Amino acid sequence: MTISVKPQQTGEPLFYLADEHPHPEGWSTSLGFWIYLMSDCLVFAILFATYGVLGANYAAGPAPKDLFDLNLVAINTSMLLLSSITYGFAMLTMQQGRVGATQAWLAITGLFGLAFIGIELTEFAHMIHEGATPQRSAFLSSFFTLVGTHGLHVSFGLVWLVTLMTQVWRFGLIEANQRRLMCLSMFWHFLDVVWIGVFTFVYLMGMLR
Amino acid sequence: MNTDTHAAAAAHHHPDQHAHGSLSTYLLGFILSVALTAVPFWLVMSGELGNKQVTALVIMGFAVVQIVVHMVYFLHMNTASENGWTMMALIFTIVMVVIALSGSLWVMHHLTTNMMPIHEMSGMK
Repeated sequence: MTISVKPQQTGEPLFYLADEHPHPEGWSTSLGFWIYLMSDCLVFAILFATYGVLGANYAAGPAPKDLFDLNLVAINTSMLLLSSITYGFAMLTMQQGRVGATQAWLAITGLFGLAFIGIELTEFAHMIHEGATPQRSAFLSSFFTLVGTHGLHVSFGLVWLVTLMTQVWRFGLIEANQRRLMCLSMFWHFLDVVWIGVFTFVYLMGMLR
Repeated sequence: MNTDTHAAAAAHHHPDQHAHGSLSTYLLGFILSVALTAVPFWLVMSGELGNKQVTALVIMGFAVVQIVVHMVYFLHMNTASENGWTMMALIFTIVMVVIALSGSLWVMHHLTTNMMPIHEMSGMK
């Protein structure tokens, strides 16, 4: 909060309070969490840049066309998109104070997230089985780093989701829990935004090469 | 929550006063996202546009639009929340991301085109 003070023309001394007045708990959480997300965004930007630079260096190994299955990626994308809207429903029911409905939507969100991770791990296992390991070429190193980092974020989001469901189950939709659910909401939707970049830049444009 | 009440609430922050969506905005965002995801996939899988370069540019355009849709309808970005500081942080991040991405690609592209292949270099001695 800023208090505007007119410039002093009279030369009178101006006093400011040295200590800030007390703030309610969690008043700055959403801004702080947003700044964390932005720093995470920079991490992904660097991984995208790395993939952009190294993505065409196949070292005579498999290229995107040999490895990617767009049908699978489309299913994966829809899983993440559906989990985004169900998390939105969880937030709406949370605002109405309906604990049971909130928990149900959170559980559905978690299942979609789990399906996403499952499909991604199946894809990775399939690629590694065919010899397309992260060690094979610069393209695959940067691919696994970028997509793996995103998958790791989703996995940690799932752990966080289960933690918050336990919190809500034990303490209900208290203000602190609402704040936590709001942070996870921002995190979850942010991961969906990153995935838009992944499926466009890595998968779709990889198939165009 | 409209901007007027938000500006009034901004005087003293409270987690409850964070911008929330409604059922209709979530559903609108979802429908837009589905369309903006399905079209690029269809364009690449069917090869409808023929030209690969044009297809790449078009799907990048779709991605940018979808990111904005997610920001507005799911992340509830607006210029008023937290007295504009979230928007400030976002703009700063976008500038950094653009510099990092375009700078890396530009520099490394020139490096690749200007570096001589190894077999030509061996003939120079």
